Order: sequence, then structure tokens, then C-alpha cells
Amino acid sequence: MKTLNVTILQFPGTNCEYDTVYAFKRLGHHTEIVWHKEESIPADTDLVVVPGGFSYGDYLRSGSIARFSPVMKAVTAYANQGGYVLGICNGFQILTEAGLLPGALKRNTHLHFISKIQHLVVVNTDNAFLNQWTPGEVLRVPVAHADGNYFIDEAGLAELEQHGQILLRYSDAEGTPTALNGSVEQIAGICNRARNVFGLMPHPERAMESILGSDDGVRMLQGFATAKGTPSA
Amino acid sequence: MKAPMKAIINVYLKEGVLDPQGKAAHHALGSLGFDTVTDVRIGKQIVLTLDATDHDHAEKEIKEMTETLLANTVIEDYTIEIVG
Repeated sequence: MKTLNVTILQFPGTNCEYDTVYAFKRLGHHTEIVWHKEESIPADTDLVVVPGGFSYGDYLRSGSIARFSPVMKAVTAYANQGGYVLGICNGFQILTEAGLLPGALKRNTHLHFISKIQHLVVVNTDNAFLNQWTPGEVLRVPVAHADGNYFIDEAGLAELEQHGQILLRYSDAEGTPTALNGSVEQIAGICNRARNVFGLMPHPERAMESILGSDDGVRMLQGFATAKGTPSA
Repeated sequence: MKAPMKAIINVYLKEGVLDPQGKAAHHALGSLGFDTVTDVRIGKQIVLTLDATDHDHAEKEIKEMTETLLANTVIEDYTIEIVG
């Protein structure tokens, strides 16, 4: 298994960067937090994580201002070269705003901030993120968001389905997709067509120890270390 | 002195994109007995004050600002009104 150099972005209002550091260190990887004003990311980066939080106070729209931070140019260039990028929660919102992932995240249907441990069903495992899972497996991972209602138009949805880009859906304990926040097709996580940019609303970095409720995040985040051809930029 | 140019930009969710806030307000209005309301859409209004005199050029620039940052055209529509 490869030891990864994980670059973790930090915007004003990010609040999951230290959880993300903890999670990847626990898996034996190196981490570096990079402030959003930086114009480059470390050259030996194997994975960029855009962590959760409330960048710029969610002003205007969640993620809409962070996507114009200087570091995002470097992240976009890295992604376009095939580098792995993972957006968690607010990070997912930032990646959709940046156009690195399709669709958008709207206010939850019932307007609640939803914070709980949620069942998810694995849809696609032919990717660097979920390669240690099997389609249909059910995992338990915390969710904590107000704007997690994934929207994509019908043409976009058909494309996601055709190219196996839907990775996770909200489900019940048996794995039957179940509405949580109004997301189209109960989508909880997706990847881009090139399968190197990933986004999900649930927080795998908060599911690292069974004593705290779940360690399903271990098998998720460790996927990047076992993926074939993990690129180094 | 001439009043500065202002642009009033209204941003709202596209037709066909469920507006959870509008729906909640609609429901509340119904509970209050206002049963003539058939739909509620909630958006936001952004007012820009500009140091500009050329109306056409300003309009083009405001459209670019709106599509780049102020609205997310995946889910939102917008209107621009220039005053002054």
C-alpha cells in the first residue's frame, strides 16, 4: 500500500481540516494543510482534499466564493492532469461551484440542518475512492449539512448513470435508497467522468473508529492508497 | 451631479427546480388562511452601484458578473435591471 501525500485545503470558515488530517494520519499518510491564498500545492501531492465547513460563511451560495480562491486554480490544473481530488460536504459544494463536478447542491427539502449517522448504499466501486467496497454494501457515515440537496437536470442525470458516476445513495439499513434531503435519486456522492474528482456530502473522516459509532471511513479513505496508478503530479 | 448607475439583479431558482424555502412559506401562508396563493418562489436581490457611464458596456459586464459568480446557472435564473 502506498503512503500518500495528502494536501488538505483551508478556507476562512473551513472546520473539518484537522479531522481530515487526523483521519489520513491514522491511516499512515502524510498530510499538509494549504491556506487558500496559496497559488500552488505541494508538487508531490497524491490527493487533494477539500474538507467540510462553512467557507466564507456560506455567503451568496455554499462554496460559491471559495471556488475563486487562488489555490483553486492550482487544484483545477491538478485535476485536469488526472490528479485525485476529494470534496467532502462543503468541499463537494465547492467542487460543483467550480465546475469540477456536475450538478449543484441546494437547501435541504425540509430546510433542516441534518446532523446524524446515515446509512449509505454503495453504487459504483470502479474508482479510486470506493475500490475496497462492493456494490450494494451498506455503510454508516455521519452527515451534517443544510445544503445537501443534490440537483442535476435529466440529461445530466442520464449521463451520470450511463458513465457509472453515481457512487453513493442515502439508504436505509437494508440498502434501499431512502430520501434524506431531497437529492435527485437519493444521490449522496458522485465522481466526474474521468473518475479522478470525487464529491460527497457525508463525512468519512468522522467515521474512523468503531467506538465513536463507525469506522467505515477507513475503508473509504484508504481506497486512494490501494488504487491502481495513483498519480503523483 | 448625476446619480451613480445601479444594477438590480434578481436571482431565483429555475422553473422546475424545487424551491424548498418557497414551499415552506407557501405552506405557512396557507395555514394563515391566505388560500389564494398558488405558488411562492423565494429568490434574492443583489444591488450593484457602479462607476460607469456606458450603459451597453455595463450591461455586458453585469451579465458576466452574474453568470460567473452571482448566480449558479445550473439551478438559477436571473434578471438584470439597470437604473440611472
